[in-house]
Amino acid sequence: MSKEKFDYFIKGEKGKYEVVIGLEVHAQVLSKSKLFSGSSTKFGADPNNQVSLIDSAFPGMLPVINEECVKQAVRTGLGLNAKINNYSVFDRKNYFYADLPQGYQISQYKNPIVGEGKVLLDMPYGSKEIGIERLHLEQDAGKSIHDMDPSNTYVDLNRSGIALMEIVSKPDLRSPDEVNAYIKKLRSIMRYLGTCDGNMQEGSLRADVNVSVRKEGDTNFGTRCEIKNVNSIKFMQMAIEYEAARQVELIENGKKIDQETRLFDTKKNETRSMRSKEDAHDYRYFPDPDLLPLKLEQKLIDDLKKSLPELPDKKKERFVKEYGLNAYESNVLVSEKEISDYYEEVAKLSDKKLAATWMMGDLFAMLNDRGLDISKSPISAKHFAELVQAIKSGEISGRIAKEVFEIMVESGDNPKKIIESKGMKQQSDPKELEKMINEILSKNKDKVDQYKAGKEKLYGFFIGQVMKLSGGKANPQLTNEILKKLLKG
Amino acid sequence: MSLDKEKIKHVAKLARISVDEAKVESLTKDLNSIFKFIEQLNELNTDKVEPLTSILNQSLRSRKDEISDGKIREKILKNSPKENEEFFVVPKVVE
Repeated sequence: MSKEKFDYFIKGEKGKYEVVIGLEVHAQVLSKSKLFSGSSTKFGADPNNQVSLIDSAFPGMLPVINEECVKQAVRTGLGLNAKINNYSVFDRKNYFYADLPQGYQISQYKNPIVGEGKVLLDMPYGSKEIGIERLHLEQDAGKSIHDMDPSNTYVDLNRSGIALMEIVSKPDLRSPDEVNAYIKKLRSIMRYLGTCDGNMQEGSLRADVNVSVRKEGDTNFGTRCEIKNVNSIKFMQMAIEYEAARQVELIENGKKIDQETRLFDTKKNETRSMRSKEDAHDYRYFPDPDLLPLKLEQKLIDDLKKSLPELPDKKKERFVKEYGLNAYESNVLVSEKEISDYYEEVAKLSDKKLAATWMMGDLFAMLNDRGLDISKSPISAKHFAELVQAIKSGEISGRIAKEVFEIMVESGDNPKKIIESKGMKQQSDPKELEKMINEILSKNKDKVDQYKAGKEKLYGFFIGQVMKLSGGKANPQLTNEILKKLLKG
Repeated sequence: MSLDKEKIKHVAKLARISVDEAKVESLTKDLNSIFKFIEQLNELNTDKVEPLTSILNQSLRSRKDEISDGKIREKILKNSPKENEEFFVVPKVVE
């Protein structure tokens, strides 16, 4: 397979610029209760109903860490091929905001729970490794709602204190496409691990995007700007494109780029400076005196490692080996754990290659049209496998299979029943077919003569007649064979 | 380490403490003398001393992942600057 070449540069008047991107992804940990309190983490509850005295920072309350959140962070670290630190420390990150009742966020600064790791991306120009700088545990803030009242802000603390994993990448990303692939890969790994649901609409996964530009070939980094809290991949890509172009323009006009925090305005499709964050980097971190250092026994880490599920990279390799799929097919089929589970169930019961083709074609198109996840598919894996087998065995043609498929979606019936009750079985009896084709040829003697005289286009006409007469049920391969034989004779 | 007047004003701003301009001078002097006192500790060589994280030999206590708290909205919202049944209501903060 020929590979495309990487080609994402911003073209200025004075040359090409490379875009350098690093991401700080905030992923909400899947756990029943919060990082330091026993309140529920469930999304969508009535405002302020999942708030304890700890989450709302009443005086004298002490945080006690949730052991499951620690394990989830370790699992995620292992999934990112990262170093797990046996010793980590919780610090206070100090800033004032209405949705942060403590006046500080408990986070990890100098000693994070997870150190360096890496993530592999499959790009059209080959595989690319993105370095992970660190992963640390911290508290989420509450939610401010600005549009309920013209002069007041409403604050809901249900989110306050939910555990977050901040996953910091190295500045290894070079284009919006790579950012897209990176976020999807992270999301996929965490969903396989069950450590984060990756739901960007509900804010379980969001990112700060660091962008800088430099002349193609330069090895020093340019001054970077940080775009805060972008909550969809599309917006991340738009923000990067805008921001990179803005920086190139500044450089070409001989102006300086200020290192600053910026906000992406999704309505105007532009980034702008957040003046309120002028002092934002002056967080005065110090170790939280309420919390002792977190020490992990090596045995706990080893046990968690042993209990990890098969992750997408490994599964992809196995799909190629075990099912004879190509790299592209297996990449698509392992992207979500639920998709890979469905595929494996189908592949067990039917032709592996044909199953992949039909899943990625008709099944995905149908799910996409209806906005459904595969877990909500109106066609069960077992029924889908029966359909694939019916095609493989020649019982029905691919064209009829599409009709059967539509009826399966609507009725939920199994394909055998549909094929039988509607008489959709393919005509695969050579004698019957030969009889039918002979009839057609004798009725169209003039066209047969023309064909034999060299007008080969007419072949399609004969095929059409066969399909018409058989109601689309004639076995295509067999029809071809017989028709060719008879036209020669 | 020594602090100048600008640093004092900056730290006060970050901590949301209003400091009278007239007091900055004396505050700078006071804080610097406190720092000087503390800095005597730097005379000790601590290269081979493990940082002390607790005077008791104990490790971080943890809890099981169970829902054991919440649903006390009424109590919590008593601290809201303005009254509302569902939310904390604060002066508009918007970017």
